[in-house]
This record gives sequence, C-alpha cells and structure tokens, in this order.
Amino acid sequence: MAATLPVDDDLTASPPDPGSLERSVFAVGVAAVALVLVLIIALPLGTLLAKSFTDTDGAFVGLANYQRYFSTPALVQSLWNSVWVSALTTAIVIPLAFGYAYAITRTRLPLKPLFMAVALLPLFTPSLLSAISFIYIFGNQGILKGWLFGATVYGPIGIVLAQVFYCFPHAFLIIATALGLADQRLYDAAQAMGTSRWRTFTAVTLPGAKYGLISASFVVFTLVITDFGIPKVIGGQFAVLATDAYKQVVGQQNFPMGAVVGFILLIPAVLAFVTDRVIQRRQVALLSARAVPLVPGRNPLADGLAMAFCASFGLLLVGVLAVAVWASFVTYWPYNLTLSLKNYGFAEFDAAGWQPYRNSLLMAAMASVIGTVIVFVGAYFVEKGRGLAAGRGLIQLLAMLPMAVPGLVLGLAYVFFFNAPWNPLGLLYTTLLLLSINCVAHFYTVAHITGLTALKQIDPEFESVSQSLKVPFWRTMGRVTVPICMPAILDIAVYLFVNALTTVSAVVFLYGAQSKLAAISIVHMDEAGATASAAAMATVVFATALGVKLLHLAASKWVFGRLQAWRQR
Amino acid sequence: MTHHLSVRNVGKRFGAFTALKDVSLDVAAGEFVCFLGPSGCGKTTLLRAIAGLDRQDEGKIFIGGRDVSNLPPAARDFGIVFQSYALFPNLTVAQNIGFGLVNRKSDPAAVRRRVTELLETIGLPEQAAKYPVQLSGGQQQRVALARALATSPSLLLLDEPLSALDARVRLRLRDELKALQRRLGITTIMVTHDQDEALGLADRMVVMNQGVIEQVGSPREIYGEPGTAFVADFVGTMNFVPCTASSADRVRVGSIEIDCGRPHGLAAGNAGRLGIRPEAVRVHTHLNGFGNSLMARVDEVGFHGGFVRASLSPLAAPGARIAADLSTGITDLPGLAPGTDVPISLPPERLRVFHA
Repeated sequence: MAATLPVDDDLTASPPDPGSLERSVFAVGVAAVALVLVLIIALPLGTLLAKSFTDTDGAFVGLANYQRYFSTPALVQSLWNSVWVSALTTAIVIPLAFGYAYAITRTRLPLKPLFMAVALLPLFTPSLLSAISFIYIFGNQGILKGWLFGATVYGPIGIVLAQVFYCFPHAFLIIATALGLADQRLYDAAQAMGTSRWRTFTAVTLPGAKYGLISASFVVFTLVITDFGIPKVIGGQFAVLATDAYKQVVGQQNFPMGAVVGFILLIPAVLAFVTDRVIQRRQVALLSARAVPLVPGRNPLADGLAMAFCASFGLLLVGVLAVAVWASFVTYWPYNLTLSLKNYGFAEFDAAGWQPYRNSLLMAAMASVIGTVIVFVGAYFVEKGRGLAAGRGLIQLLAMLPMAVPGLVLGLAYVFFFNAPWNPLGLLYTTLLLLSINCVAHFYTVAHITGLTALKQIDPEFESVSQSLKVPFWRTMGRVTVPICMPAILDIAVYLFVNALTTVSAVVFLYGAQSKLAAISIVHMDEAGATASAAAMATVVFATALGVKLLHLAASKWVFGRLQAWRQR
Repeated sequence: MTHHLSVRNVGKRFGAFTALKDVSLDVAAGEFVCFLGPSGCGKTTLLRAIAGLDRQDEGKIFIGGRDVSNLPPAARDFGIVFQSYALFPNLTVAQNIGFGLVNRKSDPAAVRRRVTELLETIGLPEQAAKYPVQLSGGQQQRVALARALATSPSLLLLDEPLSALDARVRLRLRDELKALQRRLGITTIMVTHDQDEALGLADRMVVMNQGVIEQVGSPREIYGEPGTAFVADFVGTMNFVPCTASSADRVRVGSIEIDCGRPHGLAAGNAGRLGIRPEAVRVHTHLNGFGNSLMARVDEVGFHGGFVRASLSPLAAPGARIAADLSTGITDLPGLAPGTDVPISLPPERLRVFHA
C-alpha cells in the first residue's frame, strides 16, 4: 500500500444533515403506497362486505340477504352446481398435472423445455378460448359431436373440459415446483437400504410433494368456482355462482345479492390462501440448505411412459388451442372450410370493431407500467426500509390480500366502491384507467412476491453502507437496487401485461361503452352467435400475449448479456 | 487524552433477549479497538448502535464530543466495512469507491483524483474499471475499505472484515490493515470472534459476553491478567484447577499448599479455581528448590508442531488435570513418556485465582 492518505478539504466539508430530508421522503413514500393500496384493495373489499349486509336502499339488514339467498332454491342449486363441477375438475386436473410434472422433474424425458412450454401455453389465452374450442369440437356443429353419444357439451361437460385445459398450467407449475425440491440423499439412502421403487415413491416422493398437491388442489378448485368466462360461453342453461353474480348485478341491478354471491365465492379462495401460507411455512423446513438436488437416473420403462404420456397430453393441449385458431380462419363452419380472414373483420359482428383490442393493449400497458412502479416501490419499502413498521406492515398485508380475492369478487367490489354516489373517485368509473388499476390490484400479490424475492437476494448491508456514506436511499435504489433487480422488474411488467390482456372475470363489471376490452368483446360476439369472430379475437389476444412473452425472453437475454456485464466474471 | 468515542450505559433488547446491558466505553482518538467475544455476545449489536444502524434502547453515544444518540447514520461521521463487503455488484471498483463522493456535488475531477489516490493507497491502481465479481476476496475487501475511507470519516467501523477470507490472505491483510490504520491515525473499531486477530491488531481489546463487557485492556493485559474466568478461557488456553483458599495469598490444591505470590481475594475456606496458562507450567528433570513444586503423572503427549502439549495429573490432587506446553526448540526435553512421573512447578507470578 502507498504512503499517505492526504485529506482533501473540499470533499470532507460536512453537508447539512441529510438524514432529515431522507426520512421525510421515506415517510411520504411509505404513506403514499399504503394509501394507494387502501384505495385500490382495502376500501373496495370493505364496501363489498358492507353491501352484503344492507338492502338495496342501503339500510342495514344483518344476515337477511344471506337468509334470502339460502332460501332461494335456484340460487342454492347453482351453489351446488359450482361445487361439484369444481371438485370434478380438480379431481381430473391434479393427477394429470402430477403425471406431467413427474415426467418433467423425475425422469429423463427428452425435449423438456418444449414440454414445459406446451404445458404453459394456456396461461397466454383468455379462459374463454378453451370453451370456444370445445364448442367447435363437441358443440352442435362440432367435428367430434358423435363422441358424446347424444350428451350436450353446453353444460357441465363442456365446463369441466374447458376448465381442465385452462387450469392445467396452474396446477402443473405448483406441483412441478414441489417435485423439483427433492433431496438426492433421501433417494440414495432408500436405494442403499434396498427399498423397492414403489415403496420409495410412497415413502419419499409423495410425502415430499404432498403440500404441493394440496396447494394445487385448492388453487384449481378456486380458479374453477370463481371463473366467469367458461360457464358464460359453454355453460348453456347450467347455472353457477359466477354467472349468478353477473346476472344479479348486471342484469337485475340487485347489488346486495351480488355481494352475497361474491362473499360466498371468497370462502374457497380464502381457504386456499390460508392453506397455502401454512404449507409454505412447512415446505421451507423440508429442504435444508445442504440438500443435494436430485438428478433422475436412467430408467427406460419410466422414461418411455413419461414420453408417451407427455406427448399425447401435450398434443391434446396444442390440439384444443389449434382448433380455435383454425376455426377463426374458416370461412363458414362447418359448410365452407376454406380459410379466410373474414372473421377478423370484427366491425361486421360488433359495432366496436377492432377498438376493444386497442383498448386492451392500452389498458394492459397502463396496468403494466403503473403496477410495476407501485409494486416494486412497495416491495422495496417492505424489504429494505427501516422504521415505520406499522406503515410497512400495512403495505405487506394489503399486498398479500389480493391472492385470496378472485377477480370476479374484486370486480364486484370495484363496482360497489367506485360506482357509489358518495365516492369522488366515481369519475374514474368505466374508464380504462380504472380497469388497469383493477388489474394491478387483482394480480398484485404474485408481482409483489416476485419483487420481494429479488430484493431479498440483495445484500442487506447495501442500505447501511449508503447511510454511512451519507447517500440518500433513492440514489442507492436508482443506481444499484433497480439495475440489479432489472430481470425481476421485467418479469413483473410482463406478468401484469399478459394477465391484464387475458383477464375477463374482474373487468366484465367495470367496462363502459368507450372502454370495452377484447376479452369482453369475445363474450359479446359469442353471445350474438358470432362464435368464429369470438375465436378470432381470442386468437389475436393469445398471439399478442405469446408475442410479448417471447419478446420478454429475448429482452431478458439481452439485458443479461449486454446491460448486465457485471454479472460475468 | 481526548475521547473520540464515548458509549454511556447503552442497553438494547430484541424482544425478551437482552443483547446489551449497561455498556460503557471510551475510545481515544487514533486508537485501534477490537470487540472480541463469542457469537451472540453483543459485539456486533454494539457496533451497529455506534453506527446508528440499530438504535440503542437506552444510554448515549458521543462521537467527537457530539451527542449522536438519536441521529441517523448519515448524520454521524463514520465509514464501515462489513463481512460481506457489500460492494455494489453493478458498479465498477472506481464507481464503488466514489459512491459517497459523487453525492456531495463536488467537482468530478476532484472525485476522480480522490478515487485514484485511494486506489493507490490500497495497492490496486490497475483495477479501477473492473467489477467486484472480477476481483479476489482480498481485493474486494480492500475496495470496501477504500470506499469506507473515501469521505475521510473520523471513525472507521469494521464488522468481521477478515473472516470471509482464507487463512493466508487473512494474515497478510491483517498486517496491511494495521499499517494503514497507523498511517492514517484513524480511530478504528473492529468486531471479531478471532482472538488471534484481536491480539495481533488491537491497541485495546474489549472482551464481551452475554451483553456485557467482561474486560477492557491491552492484548498483553487481557492475555496475561485476565480479569474473569470467562476472559481467561476465551482468550488463549487456561488450566483451571479446583482449589480452596487457605490464607490471603495461598490456596490448597488436593494436599498441596500453593503460593499465589499476592492476595487472591478469596476468604479462607472458600472454594475457587486456580488458573495457569499451559506455557507457564514448568516441567523439570529433577526436583529442586523451585516454588510450588509437585510431582505429576504424564497421561498423554500431543505434538503440535512448534510445541508439544503434555496432559498431566498431579499425584497429590486426584482428579485435577494440568496441560503444559513445551517448545520443541528446547533440546533437553525431559523424558515425557506417558505413564512416567515428572516434577513440575507453577511459578507464583503466573497464577490467577478465580471464583468457583
């Protein structure tokens, strides 16, 4: 080391106390994010709760609405319908997803990335798309109508088929994650003791995946029972809770009864949420830091079975998707199968024409930008902030809440809150801005967790060092934290964009003449009998969502390679 | 001597756990002080309280005569280096070092000059454009040190700065750190759990245990005259032999009377523990007039390179064990075969008596 370290006078002059300004900015920031979350999550849900205990004039009536609900046979019937359809879908999806996930995580299946991509395809479609496909396959004009032996697809059969397609990736992701957390040492130990394959499976594999299976079951049940799009399109006269809520609120303007249905829909979601929390706490303990990741061994029989299963089920998934895409290009189903772009002239079937698609793009872009900023700043305050524990705790609580609130319920809550005469924010009602805010709230939790996870991986002492160097937190955030978190920030933005683009259930209550979205236009065109155009719009949405995701993958590669050269040794 | 840092009656609790209890300490300007103790003893908590990163629950802290007890870290005047270094991975070495300078709206040329100067000080003038991930652990540690020194703070805080390095690099950096601190004359506090590090670096050591300061003193004092059995046991190795006070300056071990050379503070008849460092135990070839002589059986002899350690059982005190270190440089090592009896003596000036 060199000789001396002279003190440079113009650099050591002490600046005026930088701490007080920094603390004020921090306090204002935390208060602002907390206020936004209260406005977009807590207050709407509170209004929904209050609504279910009042009559149409707003007078408090206690549990009268609930009493009336349970004494109306038609409504109770749809509750029962919802429950058994959801249970049946869950019973079908979980074994399928387990088999697929097992093949990908525990065998030497070739082309794993391809099979992964195929399993996730439905995530990029509006849920309506699978329903439209099954109409083309088994509906009145369906290509395979005979396969149902006279039974109609417009009802529970169609709902279950379409839901299986739509829910599969959600269940697959959860179970694959659980199966991926395996410790090779347990399997080595079992083998060393001469344990049979079957016993190893039941004694090691299943218990390890147990929590994932439970969690996935709840998630699927909740997705099905709260989904609006599929029963609307393919449910026929088969009434379920979600369509009831829509009829009560939009059809009969019976807000209190809509609120009651909303609250009943909240029950399975809250149960799923609580179970998931409990499970995650246990799952952590399952895998110690010293665990050795499992590397599947060669097993020709298992590998062959895995290949056969994944190939056939993957083909089914792609096939269902392909039918809707193909049908959207068919001139006149089923009489003139020549391909044309006729169905893409939306103006012919819906006065709004292509406008809903442009609205959807704008709305999704706004949700993506607004949401990413709020989510990341909120996550930053929660993870990196010091002090103001109450404010930061409130942000964390409200950020985790939307996970337990189905889109349909949140949509209802928004109607009640933003459409209330006393609410000055009412001027936002039916605007694209409110629709995008609703999407931010709806998908907040996953985005928040993504941000938190990225922030947790950063050395907690960065903030301490900055403080010792008298650098305000926003400068460290801008120059260090945000650049390091760029991949996660991109993930959040794309996640919000894709979901805002494909969602139906929340926004169906909130759009206005000027802010109709592509997903709603699909419902309308289908209702008007223009199924092919509905399929065409669904195809456009699917292509856009998939395109954005592919762009994201390319951009991530570029960000990692060029902008983040500091990651490479 | 002026005190650059004063800690007055500082306490800190985390829930039901008391991390610091009524801690007071003065550090002179230019002094190098090490906080030493086992994990969980409160040494890092004390450092973070001084920095203002985790505010104390009670008590006061003064830096440079100014009461900073309630000021945020940015309003105190210190530089800090963490065990993880906390270098910003997306900034170059030069940007890391200049991070705290750019903020002060100073002229960019002055910042560059200062960064160059610091890079030379830490001996890495060629590494300015590299990213932290491209540096070795020792180089990263030096960059973190330069960043902490960049704003010329009056106090340097080091939180286990060497413990992430491998042994050889650690030794070299220890010497460099000491030399740099001497040259700059900057008041420095280092937290460590490594006694060798503390003994080798510190002007004064602060030995902590369970939230309180056990003893403060120079490395020689801490090692040679440990104030408590904990300090004696934690710093270096100490033989503890149960004893009973027989007079003001004598104790009895088994059937032997031991002369402690000075009053030991135990009332006659009370039980205590007699302490002696293994290297202070003398092993002789034959009994002669040494004070505190006794016969002991050799149980075991362990080879440790520069010395051998003999486990001994005094014949007149059944159950007592004494370890003796003997330099292998001594050619006339007595015949230390296990099972043989050898005469040993315990020099009075090297004996300490602790409460039982």
